[in-house]
Amino acid sequence: MSGPPLLSVDGLRMHFFTKAGVVKAVDDVSFAVGRGRILGLVGESGSGKSMTGYSVMGLIDPPGRLVGGRIVFDGQDLTRLDAAAWRRLRGNRIAMIFQDPMMTLNPVLRIDTQIVETIRAHADVSHESALARAREALARVGIASPDERLRAYPHHFSGGMRQRVAIAIALLHHPDLIIADEPTTALDVTIQGQILFEMQKLCRETGAALIWITHDLSVIAGLADEVCVMYAGRVVESGTVAEVIERPLHPYTRGLIDSVPSRNERGRPLRQIPGMTPSLLELAPGCPFRERCSHASAACAESPAVTEPAPGRCLRCFHPVHA
Amino acid sequence: MLAYAIRRFGQSFIVLVFMSFLVFVGVYAIGNPVELLVNPQADEAERIRATAALGLDKPFLEQYWGFLVGAAKGDLGKSFVFNVPALTLILEKLPATIELAFVAMVLAISLGIPLGLVAGLKPDSFVGRGIMAGSIMGFSLPTFWVGLVLIMIFSVHLGWLPSNGRGETVLVAGIPVSFLTMDGIAHLAMPATNLALFKLSLLIRLTRAGTREAMLQDYVKFARAKGLPQRRVIGVHVLKNILIPIVTVIGLELGSVIAFAIVTESIFAWPGTGKLLIDSINQLDRPVIVAYLLVIVSLFVVINFVVDVLYSLLDPRVRLGGAAAAH
Repeated sequence: MSGPPLLSVDGLRMHFFTKAGVVKAVDDVSFAVGRGRILGLVGESGSGKSMTGYSVMGLIDPPGRLVGGRIVFDGQDLTRLDAAAWRRLRGNRIAMIFQDPMMTLNPVLRIDTQIVETIRAHADVSHESALARAREALARVGIASPDERLRAYPHHFSGGMRQRVAIAIALLHHPDLIIADEPTTALDVTIQGQILFEMQKLCRETGAALIWITHDLSVIAGLADEVCVMYAGRVVESGTVAEVIERPLHPYTRGLIDSVPSRNERGRPLRQIPGMTPSLLELAPGCPFRERCSHASAACAESPAVTEPAPGRCLRCFHPVHA
Repeated sequence: MLAYAIRRFGQSFIVLVFMSFLVFVGVYAIGNPVELLVNPQADEAERIRATAALGLDKPFLEQYWGFLVGAAKGDLGKSFVFNVPALTLILEKLPATIELAFVAMVLAISLGIPLGLVAGLKPDSFVGRGIMAGSIMGFSLPTFWVGLVLIMIFSVHLGWLPSNGRGETVLVAGIPVSFLTMDGIAHLAMPATNLALFKLSLLIRLTRAGTREAMLQDYVKFARAKGLPQRRVIGVHVLKNILIPIVTVIGLELGSVIAFAIVTESIFAWPGTGKLLIDSINQLDRPVIVAYLLVIVSLFVVINFVVDVLYSLLDPRVRLGGAAAAH
């Protein structure tokens, strides 16, 4: 990889200031992704992976607030942008696809309305030429008879079709960066495979960088170049996909990999990580995983610093696993 | 669509017949209007003559049958008191009530939806809390009391607005209306505000609740992620979704504003149907009561039908007729 990465997030902190206390949803997260690369953000529910995505999009609502760190996108620090500048970036140079395709399209607006408004929000074109581009966009994601489909409402579409529409909308302005927040989780396995394949292809074709947020390590294994494993608002381990999956260093990553059914022997009970993710509300200092970790020691009451056990790898653990 | 309309009006017809029967029974049970109509010094012969003249000597069911036969021909009977057709009496008074109701609803809608949006978007701000506090007042202060206070302030103390009547009217398509003259507007201002206050509070609360819920939906987040300007996210994506319940309530409330403007009309001596109804009940003027209620029920039927049509326009998932679900 040459030159600076397209997006580099450095020490990002996003906290919710609720009546019950401060929730550190994203707590010192750093990663980078280059043009044409695919980064996987992996973690359980509540690990802060979606909130990291929303932070990059500038879609954090009160009581949430960015409290620290930098988000450098193509040379400019997004955290310094005003609302109008951030709006011009969204849907244009940075696009996002959401988890549940049943919920992301507005149920009372026609598909053409929802596509055309996105085109005209960023390009000064007539309604007719926007409509022509909308037609092409639907055709590009493999939707048959786009003319007819444009006049339909979302409830006429299946889940997979809706997600294709959402992807078509995200790709309208050839974004440099696409953030996909578990876009295949709500779909059938066969559709999931198709969407994965096509997203990969579209990114390769357009040279867009992709951040794929998921709880499913097996999806990442076949898709991403690099991976960040998140736990309780922090990145606990990162590196190339091959390295992290072949030689996980953090006990949590190890636990995640062991939980994938195909890696276990037949007939044996699945291995699982004991316990549950801790509440992020007033999280005690120290390693947040220590309660569930078989390697934990007294040292873990301190927060482990980020170390670089090998070139291009990061780790936040005192007791790395040696496989 | 046509089959749907026919079925709807068929159902409405049954409601109308059933309701007229209930009112007939109700008024019959309350007392004998002849006692109120004839001179207290009248003798028994005169009493019997008056009863026969009004047709009240016949058995109850025969009276009702006579009414139905007349109604089928468009004749809802003559007022016992005024001796003119009841329907004519009501239609004379109806424009004043409808005008008052419409102006009140327009006020409530044009203020209620924007204020509700603001309160829903900024629920914790000073403005948002202020709007909600105001709407609690609108809900809980009784209409008659607010009307009296308005008169005290604007008519008695300030002397800005007249306290009763319709003021100067002009004819539009043969119907007298007040809202086209300055004097008429001055007369309309207070009763319309008085009548609008409760509906305004209702619409504020409804819009606010809808907005708060819609803002959390993924489609709003997606619309923002597309880079749409805030005014389009709110004005199109949010508003079109929350309008569905709002239109229903507006329809229902428009009917009830017309039907139950009685208190406001009494306080501001507005010459509408509310006043007429109260007088008719006091004098057991059965034809007028029955005719009034039939007119009101018909109004509700028409409004509900319009609401259903609007509903299907707003929400593409709704198809009129119900049969579409089977496809």
